[in-house]
Amino acid sequence: MAQSAQWPDRQASRYLGKDIPRVDGPTKVTGAAKYTYDVVLPGMLYGAILRSPHAAAQVRSVDASAARAMPGVVAVLTDIGRAARFAGEEIAAVAAETEEIARDALKAIRVDYEVQPFVSNTLRGKDIPDRVGEPQVNSRGEDPDTLWAQAAAVVEGEYYVPVREHLSLETHGVVVRWDADDALTCWCSTQAVHGVAGELAAGLGVPRQNVKVICEVMGGGFGSKFSPGVEGLTAARLAKAAGRPVKLMLDRYEEQVASGNGPDAYMQCKAAATSDGRILAIKADLFGTGGYSRRWAVPFPYSTYTVPNVRAAMHGVQTNAGSQRSLRAPGHPQGCFLTETVVDELAVALRMDPLEFRLRNVRGGVWDQQLRLGAERIGWSRRASLPKSGRFRRGMGAACTTWGGGGRGGSVCEVRIGNDGSVWAGIGTQDLGTGTRTYVAAIVAEVLGVSIERVTADIGKSTLGNSGGSGGSVTAASVSPAVMMAALSARERLAQTAAAMLGVPAGEVRFADGNASAQGRSVSFAEVCAKLPSGGIEVTGQWNQALQRSGVGGVQFAEVEVDMWTGGIRVIKVVAVQDCGYYLNKLATESQVIGGVIQGVGMALLEDRKMDNGTGRQLNPNMETYKVPGSLEIPDIDVVLFDTHDQVTGIGEPPVIPTAAAIGNAVFDASGVRMRRLPMTPKRFFDAQEGRMV
Amino acid sequence: MAEEKSEKKKLSRRQFIAGAGVTVAAVGAGAVFLGNGRNAEKEEDAEQASQALEGAVPITLKVNGKAHNLSLQPRVTLLDALRERLEVTGPKRVCDRGTCGCCTVLLDGEPAYACLMLAIDAQRHEITTVEGLGTPDRMTAVQRKFIEKDGLMCGFCTPGFVTAVHAVLAKNPNASLDEIRQGLRGNICRCGTFNRVFEAAVEAAREMRRA
Repeated sequence: MAQSAQWPDRQASRYLGKDIPRVDGPTKVTGAAKYTYDVVLPGMLYGAILRSPHAAAQVRSVDASAARAMPGVVAVLTDIGRAARFAGEEIAAVAAETEEIARDALKAIRVDYEVQPFVSNTLRGKDIPDRVGEPQVNSRGEDPDTLWAQAAAVVEGEYYVPVREHLSLETHGVVVRWDADDALTCWCSTQAVHGVAGELAAGLGVPRQNVKVICEVMGGGFGSKFSPGVEGLTAARLAKAAGRPVKLMLDRYEEQVASGNGPDAYMQCKAAATSDGRILAIKADLFGTGGYSRRWAVPFPYSTYTVPNVRAAMHGVQTNAGSQRSLRAPGHPQGCFLTETVVDELAVALRMDPLEFRLRNVRGGVWDQQLRLGAERIGWSRRASLPKSGRFRRGMGAACTTWGGGGRGGSVCEVRIGNDGSVWAGIGTQDLGTGTRTYVAAIVAEVLGVSIERVTADIGKSTLGNSGGSGGSVTAASVSPAVMMAALSARERLAQTAAAMLGVPAGEVRFADGNASAQGRSVSFAEVCAKLPSGGIEVTGQWNQALQRSGVGGVQFAEVEVDMWTGGIRVIKVVAVQDCGYYLNKLATESQVIGGVIQGVGMALLEDRKMDNGTGRQLNPNMETYKVPGSLEIPDIDVVLFDTHDQVTGIGEPPVIPTAAAIGNAVFDASGVRMRRLPMTPKRFFDAQEGRMV
Repeated sequence: MAEEKSEKKKLSRRQFIAGAGVTVAAVGAGAVFLGNGRNAEKEEDAEQASQALEGAVPITLKVNGKAHNLSLQPRVTLLDALRERLEVTGPKRVCDRGTCGCCTVLLDGEPAYACLMLAIDAQRHEITTVEGLGTPDRMTAVQRKFIEKDGLMCGFCTPGFVTAVHAVLAKNPNASLDEIRQGLRGNICRCGTFNRVFEAAVEAAREMRRA
């Protein structure tokens, strides 16, 4: 059975591979869905955290006597941090009757800081030796320095991708309620209910089985929400001290300075190509910051191209700024932008069509096929006739992407079928907005031949069967095989009962349209359930390797219009060809790709964490100055699901990777201005036009 | 009754003014304001101002057709009053300063950011949140189209977008795609559902015109 398991043919399926509206759609569009931020418990207090205003400081003392004396303040913790390595690091915390009182109390806490020197960004820190870690060198083939003479084209330059933020709309945070002295329930906005339960248990010294983590719905994570964080553990301690439940949600400032970011990447690079249009060599020094840690690297050169001779040294720079966390395809959008920009420059230097140059250098047939398909969809042949003079100029660009997306073992799904015909599927995974809950229900409905409304998909609780964190685009390929195997087991049991009712061998029974049928006879699903042995069916399914696979490719093409007078860049259209294996829900899969492209537009044109060198503080810790795309920046997006096999593969991350690079290359095609620094703001356009890196 | 109510309103209004001053001042030095009594004409007023800062005042909010009597500090925003006091949690707190639109409600039918308004100032207005537009069992055309077109992912911005689309289409049932985009300028979605939100809005408008 395990070996023969396979996904149903999409042509013949009722749900899988079709457009399946989200099962939690009705609660989300009516405001009925309860997120962590929405939880209000009887007697609940509000927690808030005092953060260091200094980028580097030791705490000499904390005086919270005035805060403790304030009416409405119930608990105060003065020991959550003794040093600040960035402006915004946690120092003390309070719990009070209202959030307003809690924030007042923070202002009444007096902290004596010993302020220390700091470095707030990579571009400064890279020149300070003791701030730079040991280089990690990506090396293959000959030393590029011995090869420049053989090259037909050499390009050289400085490039920069800034620090970007996750900007999840629901901030990090929890509601914690102690149910006994060593047992608690924690509502947490997280990408890993089981992981958070484990961390809370370890951090609080309580048995793992006594920690219940709940995350029914969550408002975005993008890689930043795997841990309960300082805020989670602090809320639990406050709740314990107060003897009442505590809600502690970060505010927008805290979210932006202290809940993770995607690191930057500065590069000095020299690259060469041969006269027959092949990449010959790349030599580069790269610097970036993950915050206080010196650990940092990006995939460069990006693995979609064959580059025979490489020396690329990665240097991590220690800065006094918030720590990096995985941000949707960690490192890849940076590595892709740097590589694809260099690749495009080489094509231009060789006077070769950038598409043709890519076709000669991509590492595999997938990208070859996808580049040809994408070129056709965007109309690459129109490129020569697009307006290239006057105020508004148009151009096209391309870039390639790659990702894993295979599943991980260990997921366990339980399926229960009651004598009353009810169907329940439970697995301790979580839905980040990707549609997990919907495909859990759809798989079971498909296999049992019942309508999706009959199936209750129960997820988002650490008390359900094991499943890992939702990172690395692994969720679909980890969860769906376990659900499939559980559903198949349940169907086998149903078939035995149905076979006895129909007087046929169990192997002949087919389940479809709410009936069990064989040899022209049929009984309803409900009738079969009524005849099940008492207690109905309870089965579990384990992850099955045969139902999933890793490794996806993709390409994107962008068409842009550049306003030569203002430097404004408008993305007109993006074609996203995405290798995606067996997609479970076409609608949600396309939405993932659209969402990736839109975040890529943000990376290309808007997103830039700004640190102030004078104070060490972030200058734009809010949503009006840290800009993300809004309704007027959204291009037409043509999603092409490129289906190369019949196993499930995750695609949450790959669609965000190539967008900024494709847009940058299109800007060059339109205007002749090479934008080597993101985001491509109007000012940067003129800087680049005048050859300033800045 | 009417007499008593207007008395309360008068009191609330004065306290609100003091409270609003504090809200602004609190960023730097809330306590300083208390001491200098700058806005108080008489000692009595200074007394009231300090009560306004520390104490709760009675207010009445009419939310989704139902009146609620509340006692809260004048500095509490409409958004926080809805979410934390009334547990009307459809409107979300995201930017908390009028940028993202996730807290969009209708105030007498007009879209408004609930985070930019004090609860005390929202009295006498008909406040409609996403919960008041439709329920899971009785969804509006806009809500149904959001689901059909997949105009939502994590769903945290969705209540704001649904409410904003209702407002746009109420004003202009013939709104074009471009007008819908313009109407949604005040809403941010981080998952990136925009294209499908536009489709949902266009389809909903079409269906509403037919009805």
